[in-house]
Amino acid sequence: MNSLFTPLSWSDTGYILTGVWNTVTISVVAIVIGTLLGILVGFLRAESNRFVNVLLGGILDVFRSVPLIIQLILFSTFVGAIGHPLGPFVAGSIVLSIYTMAFMTEVFRGGFEGVSQSLQTAARSLGMTYWQTVYHIRFPIGLRAVLPSWLGVALSVIKDSALVSVIGYMELLRTSEQLISRTQQPLMILIGVGLFYFIISYPLSYYGRRLERKMAL
Amino acid sequence: MFQKMPELLNGVFVTFHVSVLAMLIGVVIAILLAITKMNNSKPFCYVATVWVEIARNTPALFQIYMAYFGLGALGIHLSPYVAVLSALVFINAGYLTETFRGGFSSIPDTQFRASRSLGMSSVQAYRYIILPQMLRRIYHPMTNQFVWSILMSSLGILVGMSELSGTTQKLQSQSFRTLEFFIVAAVLYFVLTKLVLFGASLLSRRLFKGDIG
Repeated sequence: MNSLFTPLSWSDTGYILTGVWNTVTISVVAIVIGTLLGILVGFLRAESNRFVNVLLGGILDVFRSVPLIIQLILFSTFVGAIGHPLGPFVAGSIVLSIYTMAFMTEVFRGGFEGVSQSLQTAARSLGMTYWQTVYHIRFPIGLRAVLPSWLGVALSVIKDSALVSVIGYMELLRTSEQLISRTQQPLMILIGVGLFYFIISYPLSYYGRRLERKMAL
Repeated sequence: MFQKMPELLNGVFVTFHVSVLAMLIGVVIAILLAITKMNNSKPFCYVATVWVEIARNTPALFQIYMAYFGLGALGIHLSPYVAVLSALVFINAGYLTETFRGGFSSIPDTQFRASRSLGMSSVQAYRYIILPQMLRRIYHPMTNQFVWSILMSSLGILVGMSELSGTTQKLQSQSFRTLEFFIVAAVLYFVLTKLVLFGASLLSRRLFKGDIG
């Protein structure tokens, strides 16, 4: 039995660090793509007519109302079933990015709609074109206003990225799970993993709360 | 597929059931934590802060693993149901503490003094003036937290709990119809969250008589 379970050793650090790296990579990819798409779709929703708005809102609502884990399993099974299996990283990035987008869209829509109408009218009457108004007035003001909520969504994406492990992506929690099954020392490894998430997440959430308080004044 | 519907609906019931329990216990603990945090009594306040920060800053999956495998290593063996429930309670309590604290501090202190000077006792002031306003402000975040609990209870699939996702997983492994079963599960989750939101808005109309502040 001794050969089956070996205790933790220093060489496992490298393995765990791969997991850390993979967690960070997929989170960054999802946050970047999700944010860009979120700005785009959020702007569309703030600008478009009622019909498009309801349609977009309904579609995005699905991504927010079905658990991420189900979305991941569904998507990776689906691409497999139609004969184009994707690797766990690509499949995970796609699902996580769309999931992020669904939340980011609402954040940015709120920001764009919060920019006062008179400000835009003023900009137009100064001779700015529509796109100049968008670029110089609505984007800077709208985007700045939603920074705290953006940070909140980004943080939840980092935490939710742990779920990509179900389709076989070697992120932090999955590498630790494998170490656990080899070493049979769940407590120590899990505490280490929790600490890692905490170290990333806590300073950001602290900063977010400070930012929120500052902007509320 | 459709013969398995009763089993899936039973999964829905377990999902709903665990989320309701997680919410109820979470609310009670969150009220206690919020009171401790606002009272500023040193050692307890410290515990409350640590609780809230850990709950908010680590993934839900981590909490569930911790409850299932972590406590197991200490000799405390929880069933999957209890493990998922306690993880959800832990997280709900952490998030709701901040919600309650925010809701409470958003009611200006002057309102309390004004009601006292109108001759109300402090219990009356809380009962008729402070709490109704507070409930109005925390109602929406609480509904969101409830929906979040329903969605996150799907992680029970990873520890072998037989809620909606776990049941789906079991059924698909018997029949190899992965796609069909998970699509049905997705639809059931969607319907469940919509029903909950609909129920919550009906309730809020009754509670707040139309004006949601």
